[in-house]
Amino acid sequence: MTALQTTLGTPWLNITIFAVFVMITLVIVIRVSRGGRKGKEFYTGGAAFSGRQNGIAIAGDYLSAASFLGIAGAVAFYGYDGLLYSIGFLVAWLVALLLVAEPLRNTGKYTMADVLSFRMQNKPVRTAAAISTLAVSFFYLLAQMAGAGTLVALLLGISADLAQMGVIAIVGLLMIAYVLIGGMKGTTWVQMIKAVLLIIGAGILFFWVLGKFGFNLSDLMGAAAAKGNSETAGAGDKLLHAMSKYGTNKLGFISLSIALVLGTAGLPHVLMRFYTVPTAKEARRSVSWAISLIGAFYLFTLVLGFGAAAIVGMKTINSLPGKSNAAAPALAFYLPGAGTAGTVFLAIIAGVAFATILAVVAGLAITASASFAHDIYNAVIKDGKADPTSEVKVARATVVVIGVLAIIGGIAARSLNIAFLVSLAFAVAASANLPSILFSLYWKRFNTRGSVWSIYGGLVSALVLIFFSPAVMAPIGSTKPLASAMLPNLHWGWFPLDNPAIISVPVGFILGVLGTLTSKETNPEKQAEMEVRSLTGAGAEKASIH
Amino acid sequence: MANHDLTPTDDPERHLPPDHNPLPALDDDQAGHPSASAFQQVQASPEFAELRSRFRRFAFPMTAAFLVWYFAYVLLSTYAESFMNIRVFGNVSLGILLGLLQFVTTFLITWLYIRHANKNLDPLAASLRDKLEGDAR
Repeated sequence: MTALQTTLGTPWLNITIFAVFVMITLVIVIRVSRGGRKGKEFYTGGAAFSGRQNGIAIAGDYLSAASFLGIAGAVAFYGYDGLLYSIGFLVAWLVALLLVAEPLRNTGKYTMADVLSFRMQNKPVRTAAAISTLAVSFFYLLAQMAGAGTLVALLLGISADLAQMGVIAIVGLLMIAYVLIGGMKGTTWVQMIKAVLLIIGAGILFFWVLGKFGFNLSDLMGAAAAKGNSETAGAGDKLLHAMSKYGTNKLGFISLSIALVLGTAGLPHVLMRFYTVPTAKEARRSVSWAISLIGAFYLFTLVLGFGAAAIVGMKTINSLPGKSNAAAPALAFYLPGAGTAGTVFLAIIAGVAFATILAVVAGLAITASASFAHDIYNAVIKDGKADPTSEVKVARATVVVIGVLAIIGGIAARSLNIAFLVSLAFAVAASANLPSILFSLYWKRFNTRGSVWSIYGGLVSALVLIFFSPAVMAPIGSTKPLASAMLPNLHWGWFPLDNPAIISVPVGFILGVLGTLTSKETNPEKQAEMEVRSLTGAGAEKASIH
Repeated sequence: MANHDLTPTDDPERHLPPDHNPLPALDDDQAGHPSASAFQQVQASPEFAELRSRFRRFAFPMTAAFLVWYFAYVLLSTYAESFMNIRVFGNVSLGILLGLLQFVTTFLITWLYIRHANKNLDPLAASLRDKLEGDAR
């Protein structure tokens, strides 16, 4: 088992299974694509997916490598706090289900900005919404690309810098290929395939681990604690107690919870998925499918995490590259007995983890390119008069630019903490996007100034607070460098929390109210149209018929 | 409507001879699109007021309820550790149990909303939609 000190299993087998996945999905993408030269085809796959298909794709889009590897690892090391973290990601979907998904489907066409600018002055609101969309998508994209680098070190035994950069570049190029060839239709298929593989893989591990402990959660937790205690006295007990991870930064965790529960329904790549179904009813069905799958998946990861702590042990996991992120793959390796079966099982799980990154980045790329082409190029630069063909051309060119930027950014960000980048994306989505979405849909008086203030206010306050937080720099007055920060030697920090949401979300809502009340603008005609459309679906975008 | 006499455009996706283009139902974005005054009339109608209140009376209190329940769980976990660490059975603490209950309530609210929407919202929304789009054709 000496190989285990540097890597798990057999790298070439991991690579082969990954390559097989890439080939199968590429073939499917080519087969389902119809060129996607038309806007509707490229952006929404013709809005012709069923609710169930879209729900599976949403799960594929949402369950990133960070949630598969990150949450399983958090449970393996912090037990209870890992569960606490995953619940925010699930409960958040109720905001999408109850308040956002259906009205969004009924009032918009391709992007979040369609809805926000519906009854406002088009250009200022659309510009703001597009900037915020691009910011959120870019942070999320960086997190995924950086995650690809970490994953490679862990699963392929590649820790050399150049090789990691090479893998990040390959992920970026594959993403460009999926989106250019398949448009939204192809991307959706990649997400569906990946979601099914990921949930089946995690489900097998779940039943295997639970079966080992007689389907008794208490026994499993007890075994995890006992193993931890045998390695380091007291370490196992911590798994069963609250606040073993967040105990030192409670307010920071509450802030993170706000970002998670309010951020999901403001993530542009999630919102865009609601346009790929023909009706609001199907959008509702999508979310209920997504909630079932995502909920089941987080229950699986809870058992996976405790299983990894009980069967592999924290000490062994910590000795692997990737540390806590290695919990789920290590479990796949040790569960069948660390022999040939373990090697094969690990390779499958590793392949699924890679597939996860590809599906998520493709969804982000199509969202960002749609926002640039549809909102900025067509609506702002061309006054809404660009013909659909040239708009899609711009979108396709943007995909290439985004791919290249993501490769460069991913390489630069590969040492950054992935969870931090993801929580940043959620915080910006919750502060800049959600207030404006909810006000547009449910507050009659809301107007252009309110919307613009809310978006920019939420965005800027979130970014400024993050910049002066311990995640980026050392606090003012401290003398030692802060090793965990992005800029450990800069001592300008004045914001004490890692996550800005507890301040920046209220800022987004309050500025929305202030901006609205200080402006006299109203548009009763468009307000009536938006409200009636959002609830009845009259005049909503139809699916294209093939 | 007015757009039917547009010049046929080349459409590589449908491969139709030019004289078959355009197909009004597919190509006319404005087909069945109600006028601004129609929307305002519907907005002022009692049927729409009923639909809106049926939707809001379910969605708003439910949103408030699950947010309160979620943040109560987060706050208990952060500031009432010893309470959450109480063992309920075996190694399963009250906190773990309440955490699993969050999953249960999320699934339950989803189910309740779908049932409410299918039964109480969809038929009313469909009749208003048909009326609006029918008038516009």
